[in-house]
Amino acid sequence: MKDVNDGGRAFVFGDAIDTDVLAPGIYMKHPIATLASHCLEAVDPTFAASVRPGDIVVAGKSFGIGSSREQAAEALKHLGVSIVLARSFGGIFYRNALNLGLPVIVCDAADAIGAGDRVVVDAARGVIENRTRGVTITAKPLPPFLLAMIEDGGLLPHLEKRFARERGQGGQKD
Amino acid sequence: MAMTLAEKLVARASGREHVTPGEIVICKVDLAMIHDSGGPRRVQPMLQRLGVGLWDSRKVVLISDHYVPATDDETRRIAEITRHFAAQNDLAGFYDGEGICHVVLPERGHLKPGMFVVGGDSHSPTGGAFGAYMFGVGATEMAGVLATGEIWLSVPETIEIQWTGRFAPGVVAKDMMLFLCGRLGMEGGRGQAVHFRGEAIGALGMQERMTLSNMTAELGGQTGLIDPDETTAAYVRAAGADPGDVSRWQSDPDANVSEHHVFDAAALTPQVAAPHSPANAAPATDHGVVPIRVAHIGACTGAKITDLRMAARILKGRTVDPGVSLLVAPASRRDQDAAAKDGTLQVLIDAGATLLPNACGMCSGYGGSLEEGVTCISSIARNFKGRMGPRSANIYLGSPYTVAASAVRGRITDPREMLS
Repeated sequence: MKDVNDGGRAFVFGDAIDTDVLAPGIYMKHPIATLASHCLEAVDPTFAASVRPGDIVVAGKSFGIGSSREQAAEALKHLGVSIVLARSFGGIFYRNALNLGLPVIVCDAADAIGAGDRVVVDAARGVIENRTRGVTITAKPLPPFLLAMIEDGGLLPHLEKRFARERGQGGQKD
Repeated sequence: MAMTLAEKLVARASGREHVTPGEIVICKVDLAMIHDSGGPRRVQPMLQRLGVGLWDSRKVVLISDHYVPATDDETRRIAEITRHFAAQNDLAGFYDGEGICHVVLPERGHLKPGMFVVGGDSHSPTGGAFGAYMFGVGATEMAGVLATGEIWLSVPETIEIQWTGRFAPGVVAKDMMLFLCGRLGMEGGRGQAVHFRGEAIGALGMQERMTLSNMTAELGGQTGLIDPDETTAAYVRAAGADPGDVSRWQSDPDANVSEHHVFDAAALTPQVAAPHSPANAAPATDHGVVPIRVAHIGACTGAKITDLRMAARILKGRTVDPGVSLLVAPASRRDQDAAAKDGTLQVLIDAGATLLPNACGMCSGYGGSLEEGVTCISSIARNFKGRMGPRSANIYLGSPYTVAASAVRGRITDPREMLS
């Protein structure tokens, strides 16, 4: 994971941000850009308009609980969120985010990071540096095979590489 | 080495003698279930990008249930994409408007003990009721499965939840799950395998077991397993499949579990979860006087034939309070046909129920919606803010018994006072 040199701005949320808040059902039939513009509006109406590429989301417990709709993670990625740090994640959301190449890290960051703080995260080492407060916290790093998938940009680009490799070796996958 | 049922299922799928919780394995998928929302419209472009087709079309079942019936140009387009995908691939099954995927999949004989199954929907743990390892994934992960037939898994711990004794009249699987959500919280399952056991579970029919396994999603478990037995085998045979040897898919007596909870089914009372979380569950009588405007019986977890019969037991010879709309969306066409045949449907209609399509409908807010600001009690699985449309709506959750009793009284009601 490459550092954003001056860090991303933190947007901080509480517990149990569910998939209906991240990707509201009534906008699910619309393209991701429309859906993303309503991401988190129930808890922060200004989020979608103010978040910038490289910014980070910090949350409490059970981030992304609920539905399997991966638009919950896709909306965050679409808005440019670079990483989500939470005390815990909904199981399907966690996998969805990684599969879309959006790093997610389980850690107790919520107490050490305030709204607007500049934060730099090294997902491979599990080091989270709050540059605004001068505080560093650690988390369990992601396992290498998941980091490799995220480096490739997610599961699809990762598989694209694999299939290309197999084809190069005269594999049978058509 | 002793293994739990979850470990045996994952060991078989990953081609290993045994597995240990926490190790990461690659599993071969026996069946992939997709629906119209997360299915073709999302995965087809991804497969095209990868330049591959389905790894094995005979291991893929497609069920249209989210945008059913289509109501506008967008949803008609989704229906077209879905039907086109079915026409282009020789699938193991395509069910269009036949009901909700989690109910239709086993009803048509696609599930049996020992299988390893992924579903493109969060309520996929429902398949665990059959002694299959079934869990939900998002569309990208599903595209990976459809392209390769494989998925990675961190071998789950097993959280055993034992229910001793038998239910009192008017108390059902939904009450059990709301109670567990209230007691253990929506993270109680910790993304692991929840295993329901004990006398009370063995006494349940398959659809009640499915309600339990289904709401393992709300409990935060990856899947919700139930030991397959003669009840399972009989259901699978009736659905036209061969259940195989169910005795193979049992936990070893000395297998390690990470948590073991014991509850007494006989002591359980009807539960109601207050807005906006299933974890806000408490006995139905603890919520004070809560007038309701809508009573809703629907969804995979709350409108199977078993559920419709519960509602009918309350509604027979009674009518819905004039201030309440009772909406009923039978979970599958087969279950609706069964309800028509045995008189259940007529009881519901005579009481004042409005019938909705056999689809997910209002549970997800995709199809139809509550009005702004209404208070509703529903038999669906989750009551997150905005779940049934407007964020101003207050959704309470209860069993079909409780929803029907509340519809008659016009306020949240413990159904036992109406069951004599």
